[in-house]
Amino acid sequence: MMKGGRNLGAAKEGVSHWWLQRLTAVALVPLSVWFVASLLVVAESPDPFRVADWLSSPASALLLVALIIALFWHAKLGFQVVVEDYVHTKWLKYALLIGNNFFCVLAALACVLAVLKLHMFSIVSGV
Amino acid sequence: MVHPRPLSPHLSIYRPQITSVLSITHRITGLALYAGTLLLVAWLWSAAYHAECYQQLHAFMRSLPGRLMLLGWTAAFYFHFSNGLRHLWWDTGRGFSLPEVTRSGWAVVVLTLVLTAYTWWRVLGAV
Repeated sequence: MMKGGRNLGAAKEGVSHWWLQRLTAVALVPLSVWFVASLLVVAESPDPFRVADWLSSPASALLLVALIIALFWHAKLGFQVVVEDYVHTKWLKYALLIGNNFFCVLAALACVLAVLKLHMFSIVSGV
Repeated sequence: MVHPRPLSPHLSIYRPQITSVLSITHRITGLALYAGTLLLVAWLWSAAYHAECYQQLHAFMRSLPGRLMLLGWTAAFYFHFSNGLRHLWWDTGRGFSLPEVTRSGWAVVVLTLVLTAYTWWRVLGAV
């Protein structure tokens, strides 16, 4: 009887939500510090070429894509918990849960696409 | 007669404590940072595809309302970051005694204020 339910807990999804929340949190510790420190320099200029210049480095582009994925995954999981805890109107709850997924995936993809464009731009134009 | 289900905890008559206040603040700052991801999307997307919008966004973020929003997000970020570290520490099974929880809670408050002040000292010093 216990076999199927073991290690799944009340939410029937085992440790995955809890674990991924922590995993993305740990990843975000160094990544977010690096991002804020970079912003202090890069976002100073009104010129978007400053951003392209920053992302011309493969290391910067790679770290920013990593941050985007960890950030939106973490945001998706966190928002989900808040909705599950506080929103009890059924249609609203499911609308928010579905919207949360769509928003986080779309926003993450938009950010990654923009990073790729900015990264490629500097390669094509040889900045 | 049917008795109503007992309600607990009675938040409205609870004396606010550092533990409960920081707990709900973690969720509130999480939601604020979730909203703040829209700025990240707008920043990267405009840098990649709409240079003029990037300049307008940059100008708005340097105005007083823009700066106040950024100040709010900076404080929210450092709080969520510091309290997140506290959560990760708890996840290792340590720091659960009442004196420790109170002490780490105040450490989060102090760290948030110091890091926010330092960041804005850097921002305004660079003007």
